[in-house]
Amino acid sequence: MSEYSFSLTTFSPSGKLVQIEYALNAVQAGSTSLAIKATNGVVIATEKKQPSPLIDHTSLQKVTILTDHIGMVYSGMGPDARVLVKKGRKQAEQYFRVYKERIPVSQLVREMAGVMQEYTQSGGVRPFGVSLLIAGYDESGPHLYQVDPSGSYWAWKASAIGKNMINANTFLEKRYTKEIELEDAIHTAILTLKEGFDGQITEDNIELGIIGNDHSFKILTPSQVKDYLDEVE
Amino acid sequence: MSILEYNGGAVVAMLGKNCVAVASDLRYGIKNTTVGCQMRKAYPIHQKCLLGMAGLATDVQTFLEKMKFRVNMYKLREDRDIKPSSFGNMVSSALYENRFGPMFLEPVIAGLEGDDNTPFISSTDLIGAQCFTDNFVVVGTASEALYGMCESLWKPEMEPEDLFEVISQCLMASVDRDCNSGWGGIVYILTPDKLITKELKGRQD
Repeated sequence: MSEYSFSLTTFSPSGKLVQIEYALNAVQAGSTSLAIKATNGVVIATEKKQPSPLIDHTSLQKVTILTDHIGMVYSGMGPDARVLVKKGRKQAEQYFRVYKERIPVSQLVREMAGVMQEYTQSGGVRPFGVSLLIAGYDESGPHLYQVDPSGSYWAWKASAIGKNMINANTFLEKRYTKEIELEDAIHTAILTLKEGFDGQITEDNIELGIIGNDHSFKILTPSQVKDYLDEVE
Repeated sequence: MSILEYNGGAVVAMLGKNCVAVASDLRYGIKNTTVGCQMRKAYPIHQKCLLGMAGLATDVQTFLEKMKFRVNMYKLREDRDIKPSSFGNMVSSALYENRFGPMFLEPVIAGLEGDDNTPFISSTDLIGAQCFTDNFVVVGTASEALYGMCESLWKPEMEPEDLFEVISQCLMASVDRDCNSGWGGIVYILTPDKLITKELKGRQD
C-alpha cells in the first residue's frame, strides 16, 4: 500500500464539506443528550435507548468520565465516541504528568476538538460521527462545552444534541435562568428529556452525570436516577 | 571532578513573608581559571516566578531557552501565567526526560502563587528529583557552605528588607569558602507588586 492516501473530505464547489454534513446527520440520528450548567455545577443527561429488550442494559453506558473532574456524553456513533474518550483520557493524564495539576476543562476540550478537526483533513480517515457535551469543574468554576464533528466548539449555559435537539433546545431556552442551582438543573434536565421521550421514562433508559463544587464527576446509579425521577413526578 | 563543578557557581533561594528571594554569584570559570565575572545564574520566568540554575554553563543556557519556550507556549495556550509549583513540575519532567543522558545542571524555582501570593520554593537534582521546603534551597559548588549559613541565619516570616540582608550575607560568606564561585553576586527579591534586583560587590580574588 502507498505511504499516504488522500483525504475523503473535500470541498464541494459551493464551499461546503459534505462529509462533515453527513457526520452531523449521523449525530442528528443519535439519541438525545443534553447538559445544563448551573451556578454550582453541571448536569448532563441522555436517553439510553435499548435496541432490544433482550439486551442487558447494565452494559450500556453513554456518560463517561474523562478524568476526576471532567465527564462527557455523546450523541451519534458509540464506537467513534470511544476513540475520543480514549484520547481525552490520555491527554488529561499527560497534562497531569507534566504539571502535577488538573487539566483545565478548556484545555481538554481544545485538545479533543483538535483531534476531531484532524479527522476532517487527514487522509484515509472519515470525520467522527459524534457531537460531544463535555462538563467539568476546575479552578475557574463550572464549564460546559459542545464539540461538533468539524472540530468547532462552544461554551454553553445549556445545550442539547441528537435526535430531539431542536425541541429540547427551545425547552431549555424557556426554562434556563442565570441563578439556577445544580439540584434544579437536574430536574430541568429530566423534564427536558421527558418532553421528547418516546414511551415511559425510567431509571434504566436514561443516564445522568453530575459534577458539583466537590470537583468530582459522578455517573448516577439507577437507584439515584430513580430518586430524581420521583422528585419530578 | 564532576562535570557539574566544571564552571562553578552558587545559587540560593529563600522564602520570606509574602516574598521570595533568589541569589547567585557572578563567576564564570573553566575549572580553576576564572574567565568572567558577570554571569548571572537566576532568571525571571514571568512576573511572579524565578528560575536559578547552577552547573555546566552550556547546559544551563540551553535549558533556559527550552524553559522560556515552554513557558511562552503555555502562556499562549492557556492565556495565563504558569503557577510556580506547576513550573517546578514542568522543569522536573523536562529533566527526567533526559534520565539517561542528563543536562548537567541543578535548578531552583521560586515564586509567588495564586491570588494571595503564597510564596513557593523548590529545587531538583540533575534528573529532576524534586525537593520542596518552606525555608531555603541551595545548589552549586558552594552548596555545603550555603547550607551552613542558611541554617544559622534564616528565620521564618522575614519582610523583603530582612530577606535581602539574610540572603546576601549567606551568599557572600559562603562563596568565600569556595574557589569555584564568588566574584560578586546578584540578588532578586520578588514581592507581590515588584521584582527588585540588587548587585552585590564581593572579593575579586
